[in-house]
Amino acid sequence: MNKEEQQIRDSLKTVGKSFRKKDAMQLLLGKPVYVDDITPKDALVVKVVRSPHAHALIESIDKNAAMKVPGMVAVYTYEDSPQKRFTMAGQTYPEPSPYDRLLLDRRVRFVGDPVAIVAGETEAAVNKACKLIRVKYQVLEPVLDFRKAKDNPILVHPEDSWQSLCPVGADNKRNLCASEISGDGDVDGVLASCDEVIEHTFHVKACQQTMMETFRTYAEIDRYGRLHIVSSTQIVFHCRRIIANALDIPKSKVHVEKPRIGGGFGAKQTVVAEVYPAFVTWMTKRPSKMIYTREECQIGGSPRHEMEVTVKLGASKDGTIRALDVYTLSNTGAFGEHGPTTVGLSGHKSIPLYTGNLEAFRFAYDVVYTNVQAAGAYRGYGATQGQFAVESCVNELAEKLHMDPIELRLKNIVREGMVMPAYYGETANACALDKCIEHCLKMFDWEKKYPVRKLENGKIRSAGVAISMQGSGISGLDVGSATIKLSDEGFYNLMIGAADMGTGCDTILAQMAAECMECNVDEIEVFGADSDASPYDSGSYASSTTYVTGKAVENACNELRNNLCKLGAQMMNCSVDEVEFVGSAVRKLDGTAEVSRFDLATKSMAFNNIAVQTTASFSSPVSPPPFMVGMVEIELDPETGSVEIVDYNAVIDCGIPVNPNLATIQAEGGIVQGIGMALYEEVTYSKRGKIAENSFMQYKIPTRMDMGKLKVEFEQSYEPTGPFGAKSIGEIVINTPAPALAHAIYRATGVWHRTLPITPEKILLGIED
Amino acid sequence: MEIKITLNGKLLTREIEADMLLIDFVRSEGCYSVKRGCETSNCGLCTVLMDGTPVLSCSVLAARANGHKIDTLEGLTAEAEEFVGFIADQGAEQCGFCNPGFVMNTIALLRENPDPTDEEIKKFLVGNLCRCSGYEGQLRGIRAFLEYRRGGNHE
Repeated sequence: MNKEEQQIRDSLKTVGKSFRKKDAMQLLLGKPVYVDDITPKDALVVKVVRSPHAHALIESIDKNAAMKVPGMVAVYTYEDSPQKRFTMAGQTYPEPSPYDRLLLDRRVRFVGDPVAIVAGETEAAVNKACKLIRVKYQVLEPVLDFRKAKDNPILVHPEDSWQSLCPVGADNKRNLCASEISGDGDVDGVLASCDEVIEHTFHVKACQQTMMETFRTYAEIDRYGRLHIVSSTQIVFHCRRIIANALDIPKSKVHVEKPRIGGGFGAKQTVVAEVYPAFVTWMTKRPSKMIYTREECQIGGSPRHEMEVTVKLGASKDGTIRALDVYTLSNTGAFGEHGPTTVGLSGHKSIPLYTGNLEAFRFAYDVVYTNVQAAGAYRGYGATQGQFAVESCVNELAEKLHMDPIELRLKNIVREGMVMPAYYGETANACALDKCIEHCLKMFDWEKKYPVRKLENGKIRSAGVAISMQGSGISGLDVGSATIKLSDEGFYNLMIGAADMGTGCDTILAQMAAECMECNVDEIEVFGADSDASPYDSGSYASSTTYVTGKAVENACNELRNNLCKLGAQMMNCSVDEVEFVGSAVRKLDGTAEVSRFDLATKSMAFNNIAVQTTASFSSPVSPPPFMVGMVEIELDPETGSVEIVDYNAVIDCGIPVNPNLATIQAEGGIVQGIGMALYEEVTYSKRGKIAENSFMQYKIPTRMDMGKLKVEFEQSYEPTGPFGAKSIGEIVINTPAPALAHAIYRATGVWHRTLPITPEKILLGIED
Repeated sequence: MEIKITLNGKLLTREIEADMLLIDFVRSEGCYSVKRGCETSNCGLCTVLMDGTPVLSCSVLAARANGHKIDTLEGLTAEAEEFVGFIADQGAEQCGFCNPGFVMNTIALLRENPDPTDEEIKKFLVGNLCRCSGYEGQLRGIRAFLEYRRGGNHE
């Protein structure tokens, strides 16, 4: 940070301070604020019948018996479905994800693929009817192994109506959802001249977000005859477009709003449940509701892309990392939601971490279709998978060279001011990664904890480390907008299209507005998100809200300050050059007169031609990466293979934590999700493609006994393009646990685990090897 | 079948289907704080108190509550209010969906053990899953509340 930047930081009154979340007490006292609490009880119950086969053609569906159940209203099949293909991925149009779906298709592509939409008066009636629907399938051979999917004679999407809107290297006749090679320098030449080349393949499974509120949507026809959707979604605007596409109706006929959301983590960046009740309501003109069960979330949700990442890391004897060659094979499952985009992060957000001495890199990938549950967006979005692989290789290099992995990193990491060729040529304007590492080193007491220690009870204590980066929004694409309005008595309304899914973005954006308008956070009332009422926002994903929407808030506020000066000048009969806005009032520069905010608000509502509401949009040509380091100490029992986490310490550079409490919780929550992915959360399929972990009985997410003691601190940097120098925090936090834990487990056992999760069984088998 | 349940202090006589779950019963009576997160008794979101003891309402038939006293967060707002501000001061409520179950079970814990250790807190609440917070902030909040109750300051 330079002097000027430091001065800006020092002058901040609300940004950088911890405030309670605006909805905190409503949530903590259990008030009805979620989809299923606030929508009518008498809505039609909507469920789908799901395919028991991984790949089949429907020969016939007999719904007669089902329709005879008292209370049944409708059963829809592929014969009723609109025939225009679309994608459920919540992305900016034209979406990189291929248009490969129909609302209901004659071909079913995974165990759990919807076959029929069933609507009735009661849940009991619908459940009974679902069992009475007779479907005859022509069962086909599925493609279940993603390593054999590319150019397999069995095609997941043989249909001619399949369409890829963007040049992502997709080809449905090769089971390819995307494919690309990029690079810089002569990677093969540099690798050939390296003293050490570490080469391994790493495997990350299709983990579930398991937000506590499952997918759920309510639909009704509003007073104008339009389709009104209340849904637990991160993306009200994309949702509007996707529903209209699925139903093949004009976008103008759809209105989407979100109430409070019970967690998202990217799951709700895909339109998973919305289209089914939307269709029922559009057809019947009756209110309807779909509440996903946990089992449906597990088998028909939008999990992380399973990826196999192969890394070749070349270095010299002194630990100079000279070349990185990364190839990722990503499994998008039956549909391509987020397939072409998640994969990019596996290289573009792992390789640039080692920009320091890198002479050459190559990053290639294939994203393939298979007959398993379609993947989607999950916090980390490919960076998680890529960094598990690259960070593990860096740790292995340290072991091979008998170097301290911290020293190795400090020698090679990206530093402030460096151009990152593997990160689209962006410059690290703000990078305190070196400071984060040094800070964490002390906080964790690395010197003491890194050496492997055998305890008297036979257990082994060891430590591991990993670093990470993410982005802040999608460069050159994401649009954030905000409207700020002066209202009665001088309070402000802040309208946004970003979606607070529990993250606290309503609150941190209000803090930014309060900072700009020089008022208290309590004087800013936030509303969002609603596709009719909010200014356009791409939505809350890609770590965009703090950085992209935050800057829009800042810009909107600056415009409002100007307008308030105009209004104040008019009221004081002077020129606008003679006044300034001071938060509580517009004041004459010479101090002779002022009009209070209360009076400005009153005037704005009586014989007024100056707008006291302003809207601004913001898009950035860059996506500034936040940086982070995580260090873990474990206690491993060589008798059982069990791993207990003793301490997890992390230091993060997110520019400035806008609300340190909320940023800390984001980090702690992300770390625990990362721990779950690293140690417990397994996804296995039967020979016929059925997922075994279809409930919380089998899919074990961490409890409060599983994460040891967490400690998170921050180092500040100043991102010149961000609001108050801020970057993102939401996603980066999930990335360090897997490589750090694999490192610590290696230190304790001498075995590198390259497939997640690293279960006690695998550790024990490794020890016995 | 007919059941009589004292829900949040009010005696209700209702005609129900024999297979109705307690969670569906209390929600049908407007107790929307009670959430369903898993259907397999794993998440703790649907925790209510039956005669003062925490139970998972997704795994109890409404008929089994016949003649019993059921409390949900709607009925314990006053007792909860004192404590939950400390969770809000950590920002640990996050999405909020698991909060009611967590708050109910914490109330049960503190009634039973007014001065628990960190280990006792973790063990008692182990069945209350939270995917947002990473749990540490919840622990800090409970700890801060206990300090405050012991006569310290609420910062």
